[in-house]
Amino acid sequence: MFYREAGDFSTTYPEDSQTFPIRFDRYRYYLVLAIAIFVIPFMINDYWLNAVFLPFLIYTIAAIGLNILVGYCGQVSLGTGGFMAVGAYACYKLMTSFPEVSMLIHVLISGLITAGVGVLFGLPSLRIKGFYLAVATLAAQFFLVWLFNRVPWFYNYSASGQISAPERTVFGIEVTGPNTEAWATYLFCLFFVILCAVIARNLTRGAFGRKWMAIRDMDIAAEIIGVNPLMAKLSAFAVSSFFIGISGALFFAIYLGAVEVGEAFGITKSFTVLFMIIIGGLGSIFGSFAGAAFLVVLPVALKLVGVDWLGWPTDIVAHLQLVIVGALIIIFLIAEPHGLAQLWRVAKEKLRLWPFPH
Amino acid sequence: MLDQSEGYMTADGRQIGPVVMEMKNITLRFGGVEAIKDISFDIREGEVRAIIGPNGAGKSSMLNVISGFYVPQDGQVLYKGALRPPMRPYQVAQQGIARTFQNIALFEGMSVLDNVMTGRLTHMKTGMFAQALWKGRAEKEETENREVAEKIIDFLEIQAIRKTPVARLPYGLKKRVELARALAAEPSLLLLDEPMAGMNVEEKEDMSRFILSMNDEFGTTIALIEHDMGVVMDLSDRVVVMDYGKKIGDGTPDEVRNNQAVIDAYLGVAHDE
Repeated sequence: MFYREAGDFSTTYPEDSQTFPIRFDRYRYYLVLAIAIFVIPFMINDYWLNAVFLPFLIYTIAAIGLNILVGYCGQVSLGTGGFMAVGAYACYKLMTSFPEVSMLIHVLISGLITAGVGVLFGLPSLRIKGFYLAVATLAAQFFLVWLFNRVPWFYNYSASGQISAPERTVFGIEVTGPNTEAWATYLFCLFFVILCAVIARNLTRGAFGRKWMAIRDMDIAAEIIGVNPLMAKLSAFAVSSFFIGISGALFFAIYLGAVEVGEAFGITKSFTVLFMIIIGGLGSIFGSFAGAAFLVVLPVALKLVGVDWLGWPTDIVAHLQLVIVGALIIIFLIAEPHGLAQLWRVAKEKLRLWPFPH
Repeated sequence: MLDQSEGYMTADGRQIGPVVMEMKNITLRFGGVEAIKDISFDIREGEVRAIIGPNGAGKSSMLNVISGFYVPQDGQVLYKGALRPPMRPYQVAQQGIARTFQNIALFEGMSVLDNVMTGRLTHMKTGMFAQALWKGRAEKEETENREVAEKIIDFLEIQAIRKTPVARLPYGLKKRVELARALAAEPSLLLLDEPMAGMNVEEKEDMSRFILSMNDEFGTTIALIEHDMGVVMDLSDRVVVMDYGKKIGDGTPDEVRNNQAVIDAYLGVAHDE
């Protein structure tokens, strides 16, 4: 009734394989995009930027990255925090070494550097699977954090051992440092989210996505139809780390501004992003958005309801958040392993027929 | 090449071409167990070649040797006249050998269409950068390969389920989708490991029809393992019979049917110690 595809035909294969084959979906997507680009930048203030939009956008990039590796290619990784740190430190070194270059370039190159590191730590995936691979990536997590703590070259020998983002610009507009405008940083991050989502979608709907999913679903059968398992897994690690590196660079340079590696990119970060894709939906780009939005908005909403309306103490609300997230993870793993994205799909299927039962 | 002749004419008048795959004195051991003992046979272009034998005869092992899962300890594999070095299964697939499995090996999380499209992967060459851009080369390649895949989907009559996730399909249809995936690769040699296992008569008839007409329409060379003797004798041009890892018969269905060693193996005459 509300949601229909009757009379919506594709007459060519490109039309059928586009991202939103149903016209209704397509228009809704354009609408969301238009609001995100043309409306929100004029309304945004610092509170909304820092509490909701920046973390949502940046975590979305990380979630898309991890989803490619875990959701599409089936390689479990607990090294997300470590790879984000690679992106952050690469960005820091680039920003301080080449001050006059645009931030756009810095962030992209940070992504590429992280992709290289990701491939390196992805090499064991040819030999080990599942839990054992997860432990190997855990080693990457701890090693990378240790490395950035111990080697002073990475933090330019600063006394505190922290890195802090100097003021850098894109097309003459400041996006890092203390004097940034909310709309500028918002649009800067939005650009990368759109870029990453489009790339991820294009890769997953074509030959690469099929290779990854084939490896995920049955690696022996994938090999028998001509998929080189090493190349498929490493390409997933590379693309995944590219996105995670970009998110790490943005997380440091745009969102936090100053970073202590163990605190910002520790093992908790790895789990946060993993929870996002579990709740949002493994193997779904939309799920990455949904999961990131959920985990970013939840604490803000809880604080609004618990502390501001009901007047509860802050620490109870903070603990309540942990309880809720923990319970949700368990519920999703048992009841709906494909997460919010699957709930959304089911809802759409029901809406398509509503109000008729069949 | 062993055989000088450039092929033969079948009883129903199809011209069979030169040798595609030749197995020479293949021996495969697992520790002390000899799964395949000194077996030689060839597969010719355009023919339907059956490998039969009782359980544990080494038929599946033979198929696994052809598709690169096992490397034989002795013997040579000649593909299109050239000696094939030991290679990984994905390299074998890239050379144009496709196969199906006895137990269905589909990608359960993907749609039927995506499964069939994975069969086209060896034909898709655009790099990651072009893929990420999509518009242009990647989209063109996707469309071209989609056309081939759709042709196979039409041929196997699975149009109606092309967007259905494979996990939701019944057994018989899964078998057909797996065949579609193998066929989508446009293989020069198609290996079918018990394509009719666990099917009812009607499904078997459908499957037999598909096998015959893909051999007819696309000229696909097929090597198949099957237990249903009636099916094997009807479908195949030549039959290899294996028992306890040894070849006990090789020839047209009629020759094999009248071979004393084959009758013994199937009727269960006591083997000499």
